Amino acid sequence: MKILVCISKTPDTTAKIAFTDNNTKFAADGVQWIINPYDEWYALVRAIELKEADPSTILHLVTVGGADTEPIIRKALALGGDEAIRVNADSHDSFYIAAQIAAVAQAGGYDLIFTGKETIDYNGSSIGGMVAELLGLPYVSMATKFDIANGTATIVREIEGGEETDQVSVPVVVSCQKGMAEQRIPNMKGIMGARSKPLKVQEPVAAEVLTSIISFDLPPAKAGVKLVSPDTPEELVRLLHEEAKVI
Amino acid sequence: MSVLVFIDQADGHIKKSSFEAASYGAALAQQSGVSAEGIVLGAVTDDLTALGKYGLKKIHTVAGAALDHLDAQVYTAVLAQAVTATGATVVVFSNNLSGKAIAPRLSARIKAGLVSGAVALPDTSNGFVVKKNVFSGKAFANVAINTAVKIIALSPNSYHVVSGDGVAEVAALSVTVDTPKVTVSSVNKIVGEVPLSEAELVVSGGRGLKGPENWALVTDFAKLIGAATACSRPVADVGWRPHHEHVGQTGLAIAPNLYFAIGISGAIQHLAGVNRSKVIVVINKDPEAPFFKAADYGIVGDAFEVMPKIIDAVKKLKGA
Repeated sequence: MKILVCISKTPDTTAKIAFTDNNTKFAADGVQWIINPYDEWYALVRAIELKEADPSTILHLVTVGGADTEPIIRKALALGGDEAIRVNADSHDSFYIAAQIAAVAQAGGYDLIFTGKETIDYNGSSIGGMVAELLGLPYVSMATKFDIANGTATIVREIEGGEETDQVSVPVVVSCQKGMAEQRIPNMKGIMGARSKPLKVQEPVAAEVLTSIISFDLPPAKAGVKLVSPDTPEELVRLLHEEAKVI
Repeated sequence: MSVLVFIDQADGHIKKSSFEAASYGAALAQQSGVSAEGIVLGAVTDDLTALGKYGLKKIHTVAGAALDHLDAQVYTAVLAQAVTATGATVVVFSNNLSGKAIAPRLSARIKAGLVSGAVALPDTSNGFVVKKNVFSGKAFANVAINTAVKIIALSPNSYHVVSGDGVAEVAALSVTVDTPKVTVSSVNKIVGEVPLSEAELVVSGGRGLKGPENWALVTDFAKLIGAATACSRPVADVGWRPHHEHVGQTGLAIAPNLYFAIGISGAIQHLAGVNRSKVIVVINKDPEAPFFKAADYGIVGDAFEVMPKIIDAVKKLKGA
């Protein structure tokens, strides 16, 4: 079995969000970068578990980004995986990125393609669905459980108002979220081993850019909290009823 | 030329997020001087002509057993045909779980630029620019769509439902429906609860409540005001509450009218999931809790003393 896990680099969850160049660029100075949590904790770790259960499994990672994404992909390799592919392109357009991943997936002939359910920076939730469409494959989104036997995957996924259990033959594209696996910390052996794993760099294929970011805005600052004494909580109820009009 | 709104349904009933999408689509159609239409896939029991109230002139329906479960591949192929048949220039989805499954596929299939998580009508003064959530609610991006056909997935609770008089015409659309490659073996619906993503009022609890045995403070209050319940990540991680209640950066991002947080300190990751709420109330005994900086109202006090008094006051209010 061959698995491809899509990895994205995102700012740390505690990073200060600010913009430069007349609000057209994310202020990256001093920002700690991490593997997008959904890609790492759920997609990658579940794929590693599948490889542990069947050591003949080949596990590749793919990222689309400049050379600055390499520390992140090495960190992912420290958790597990046989090799990584970096498509040397920098883009914020989901379709362009999906086209790059689809080209890698097509060439590698993977049975399973895992993505996180979304990235925590651009929140597109788009790559999995687009890759699946470009490859003509079924797409199971928002998976919380994944098992596979004899080429048939059994997947639990979140749907509006509940969850459903699906069966689908590979190849399939799956977007992963909480429930798939538990977060792991790379150990020293993994970190040392990751240094010698292949990290192949390839140039992007031609693809259209369907959208472009014009500028960013920050939400308006809050006016400040109105504190009510703990001795008169009924005053809070009055304010929520008469002033905020929410209850 | 039309704006085509994907009307999401579950068990034959149309979801509130679809009324928002319909209202948004109707406003957009009016802005561009075209007609607003809807499309519903699968068997529906609700009266579709009533979608006219939200400004949709015509509803296209496609029935068939293959559409009973949402299969992204099958739905996408149907919607691509519908876009051609209706001459749609903009397709609107709710960016709920259904929208997230289908909109990206449709975007790739018909090469139509997608903005997901939109929070406002497009600015068409110079191109077609849509404001969307980025950085998990900590900022917005203004994104230009550069293609002739455009797809917008509207963030739930971001656009008000506009309800008027109209009656929509309903007609079956003739399209090819493929056989799904995914087989659904079981469906488990959470019944009787307001889905968190659609809830207007949300009451949420954190570690300050000390244990699942104290959750009646959250659930009783929520029930009293008709709110959905939520929790912080540590609470879901230790299993006090189910994972689907976890709101925050790595959980669900929500934007209710009221977010009432009890015993939650308000770490930046939690705020990312809730800071688009219109009114935030924080009950915490630690005056230094960072959540107070993001709150509209707050009480620095012990939830175990404060909440029963609040519940009594609301009971009095409701009784009056």
